[in-house]
Amino acid sequence: MTDLPALTAQALEQIGASDSLPRLDELRVHWLGKKGVLTEQLKMVGGLGAAERPAAGARINAAKSELQSAIDARRATLEQAAVAQQLAAGRIDVSLPGRGEVTGGLHPITRLRLRIEELFRNAGYEVADGPEVEDEFHNFEALNIPADHPARAMHDTFYLDNGMLLRTHTSPVQVRAMRERKPPFALIAPGRVYRCDSDVSHSPMFHQVEGLLIDTDVSFANLKSVLHQFMEALFERSLAMRLRPSYFPFTEPSAEVDISCVLCGGKGCRVCKQTGWLEVAGCGMVHPNVFRACGIDATRYSGFAFGFGIERLAMLRYGVNDLRLFYENDLRFLAQFARG
Amino acid sequence: MKLPVSWLRAWVDTPWSDRELADRLTMLGFEVESMQPVAPPFSGVVVAEIRSAEPHPEAGKLRVCRVAAGGAELQIVCGAANARAGLRTALATVGARLPGEVTIRAARLRGIESQGMLCSASELGLAEAGEGIIELPDDAPPGAPLRDYLGLDEALLEIAVTPNRGDAMSVLGIARELAAASGRPLRAAPDPALPRVSVSIRERFPVRLQRGAGCARFASRVIHGVDNHRPVPRWLRERLERSGLRSINPLVDATNYVLLELGQPMHAYDLSRLERGLEARRALAGEQLTLLDGSAITLTTDVLVIADAKGAVGMAGVMGSAATAISAATSDVLLEAAWFDPRALTGRGRRYGLLTDASQRFERGVDPDGQQRALERATELICAVAGGQAGPATLEEIPEELPARAPVELRAAQVTRLLGVPVPPDRLQAQLQALGMRVDRAGAEAWRVTPPTWRFDIAIEADLVEELARCGGLDAIPEAVPAGARALAGASEARSSGQSVLRLLAARGYSEAITFGFTDPVLQTKLCGTATAVRVRNPIATNLAVMRASLWPGLLLAARENLRRQRERVRLFEIATQFHHGQDGAVLERRMIAGVVVGPRLPEQWGSPREPADFHDLKADVGALLSLGGRSGDCRYEPGASLPGLHPGRSAQIVRDGSTIGQLGALHPALLQELDFTYAPLLFELDYAAATSNAPVRFAPVSSFPQIRRDISFTVAADETFGRIAERVSVAASTRLLELRIFDIYQGKGVESGRKSVALGLILQDLSRTLTDADADGVVAAVCAELRASLDARIRE
Repeated sequence: MTDLPALTAQALEQIGASDSLPRLDELRVHWLGKKGVLTEQLKMVGGLGAAERPAAGARINAAKSELQSAIDARRATLEQAAVAQQLAAGRIDVSLPGRGEVTGGLHPITRLRLRIEELFRNAGYEVADGPEVEDEFHNFEALNIPADHPARAMHDTFYLDNGMLLRTHTSPVQVRAMRERKPPFALIAPGRVYRCDSDVSHSPMFHQVEGLLIDTDVSFANLKSVLHQFMEALFERSLAMRLRPSYFPFTEPSAEVDISCVLCGGKGCRVCKQTGWLEVAGCGMVHPNVFRACGIDATRYSGFAFGFGIERLAMLRYGVNDLRLFYENDLRFLAQFARG
Repeated sequence: MKLPVSWLRAWVDTPWSDRELADRLTMLGFEVESMQPVAPPFSGVVVAEIRSAEPHPEAGKLRVCRVAAGGAELQIVCGAANARAGLRTALATVGARLPGEVTIRAARLRGIESQGMLCSASELGLAEAGEGIIELPDDAPPGAPLRDYLGLDEALLEIAVTPNRGDAMSVLGIARELAAASGRPLRAAPDPALPRVSVSIRERFPVRLQRGAGCARFASRVIHGVDNHRPVPRWLRERLERSGLRSINPLVDATNYVLLELGQPMHAYDLSRLERGLEARRALAGEQLTLLDGSAITLTTDVLVIADAKGAVGMAGVMGSAATAISAATSDVLLEAAWFDPRALTGRGRRYGLLTDASQRFERGVDPDGQQRALERATELICAVAGGQAGPATLEEIPEELPARAPVELRAAQVTRLLGVPVPPDRLQAQLQALGMRVDRAGAEAWRVTPPTWRFDIAIEADLVEELARCGGLDAIPEAVPAGARALAGASEARSSGQSVLRLLAARGYSEAITFGFTDPVLQTKLCGTATAVRVRNPIATNLAVMRASLWPGLLLAARENLRRQRERVRLFEIATQFHHGQDGAVLERRMIAGVVVGPRLPEQWGSPREPADFHDLKADVGALLSLGGRSGDCRYEPGASLPGLHPGRSAQIVRDGSTIGQLGALHPALLQELDFTYAPLLFELDYAAATSNAPVRFAPVSSFPQIRRDISFTVAADETFGRIAERVSVAASTRLLELRIFDIYQGKGVESGRKSVALGLILQDLSRTLTDADADGVVAAVCAELRASLDARIRE
């Protein structure tokens, strides 16, 4: 019988030195296979005396099991190495940019309009719409602005070749809404409006939002509450608001709406012209003449209306410092608003 | 309206600082748009007397002056031509700071020392321009700070008066509001108190009023022997100038002063130029008038004029004639203070391009009770400044044509209802009375309120409620959340939400643009060829003179500007209205979604080829939009757009249910160069309503049996369309065709010239059973037979 310890040592050395799974398998077959060296040794045990057989068999089996363990351990090591190598080979540069289309985005005016619509929808206001080409009746007369009224001079109206005009405000939607609906109702009407005026702070086309609530016993106190809630919701902060008496032919009483400056907090800055206040809207109680022109019983119903410019609010909300940027459609500008 | 605050204080003694007074006015509805000192900040400038002025020995234009300014005499070198001995003027002493960051230092001018600078009005920011140094009156005290002496720290108020408050377009009008708000009375004799008019001649000038013409009251007076050459005193000149009017001569200044002070526009005629008598009447058809400003106008019969025996001598309440105007030489004058009905004046001035201080006030309403007072005040001023003998005041009127102030009913309940908070009856009465209204009780909680003659804006109850809200302060009204639940607003599922359209385009790489509603007529005609463009009568620019008949001109220009800013890839869309003329001349509005794409299909990036976007990329975007409504399958793309701006072979109209709902394609090659594009922009437009109309979602059963795929490859004529092929395949394959894919098109080597090779994948499935190979082979055979028969296809085995 061969020197078992020497054989075992030789096998262990070969297993430890094996550098691949196929090579390890060859060694397994060579040493432990059906015709392997240790299997042959075991076969030879039969030729020994009965007294020696058990001890010899046990020794050989112990050697076999020692080799099997060594092979298993080596296999695990080689498998790990193979995975590690695969991983190393499969490494990519995750810092490279992603592929495909990049997203565009909504115009800041649209972005803010959708936000305004959402705030009012949540409060039960309907979002209404009206034509941009209007007639004198809807844009002026029904709003208590007869021909030659001095207030018309404030409007700088564009006229079209067929005698119609481009609406100078979203207030005609008030008229249409009142003629089409039965009170009570609440709505806002965002839209494009046009005035014949173009300079650093005036665009010939801009966007307004009109608001209207008609019900029995709607009061000026209600108007103040709605406007203040809206301004605070829009700017997401508490704001002081003040109303200044003013004049619009279609509301009585009428007021201009100031909020404390959102940039300096009311301390005074360039944007608020050191006053601490920003004029952001006009408002008032619907004039009885407007109710009459729209067929609503002014003794039964009252209502408020307000209007503001989206550009103005967008400039304040997003810190845009030049009105003209809204219409230049410079992608470097637009991209800044491309968010969800 | 611009006013120096001292003029207001001359009329009412409020307890308020300038700042507080301005804030009060703003909160009363008279917005103070600005409050600034008369002069910009400067320091170290005093009144000085020039004792002597000798020529500079080295420089002919300079003078060496000895100047007294309170302390020791100073030597000043000055270049002004009017620097002369005896003149009192303004001296900027060494260390003085002048507007424009100028600091005065001692200097040597051509070798002679100068210890300061004599100043012109423009150097002190008192005037835009001016020749020579300031000339002060002979009694100006040398050494006195100039700001104090000239009152230059006084605040100037710029007050915005709303068009309903013509009565507040004067010192008196604003002072009345301040008096009501402060509880202080108006002064009985506002500064300056001038000697009462003493009538010393008996001459009158006859005046007649035509009934129904619009002049219901006409006060006038003759003054003889006026010296209109006399200098206008400084206090008068300064009040005018600080209110934004130029001082001209005593007569003109006196009438302007009364206009500003009392709000009553006046007119002064050179009496020697008037024939016989005056009449206020409607103009005769075609009547000619040459106005003060030199313009000659032809009048229409709805214009109110003042005429003498020869014809019109003025457009009433707007502007007088050149022929009868006051000149420096005028000595005999006829003064007019009239009341013109706003209805007879509105719009007339503007029709002739005239907007005057007088017409603005008359159109808004002048107090019908103020003419005599104004006439007296103007006469006082003229006699005090330029002498003359005044005749008796003459008054012509048509009482029944004067505005009546009807009482307006006011109920406490209505006040509470509109404001949301009650106003106690005592306060209500006191506030209205302070505004000059007569308040009579008309029940326990009701009053009859008669507005004063000067108010033209109080006609209904709501007007009185506004006065109460205004005077009580809008801040005093609490905030109250509106009562009443709002009904749930409906939203149809048959319309995709606007938001989904916006989000889809943004996700596909488009940025939203907003362009003007009007556009360039030339560009629009080239793109849209529209003969029915809606023109703007008064455009702000010739390239914005038509309403857009398409969103493409605006989008193309926006895209081009971005390319010029070195963008290489632009994807823009807009949702907006386009305008067309309808049949009867009406303007039709149609809301559209439009987009423009220029440059590569994808942003430049690693691992994907750089290829320009083409028609089919755009078509995928349009298809995605249409599939929002679930109806992209109902659309046909008919080759060739109807608009001339697109390439006829690379464009299509999108037709659904027999009507065109959109177009897409590449810009016409002829326009590329003209519009300065290197690569052809791709354009699409879709009718918004059609694109967002939504087919209701209905569940369709899903097959539980496996799909089979069969590919076929064939050649057809090169000009055969996929649309025809797909149509024949679906007819032949019938209901078992789940999906048809085209995965290759090839023309060139290996394919006969004039033909192209097409490879299709047919995805087959049956709802009720598993398809066998024999079933699939049967479908393929039927499809091949159909393609051979109808399209002359040659199947490649």
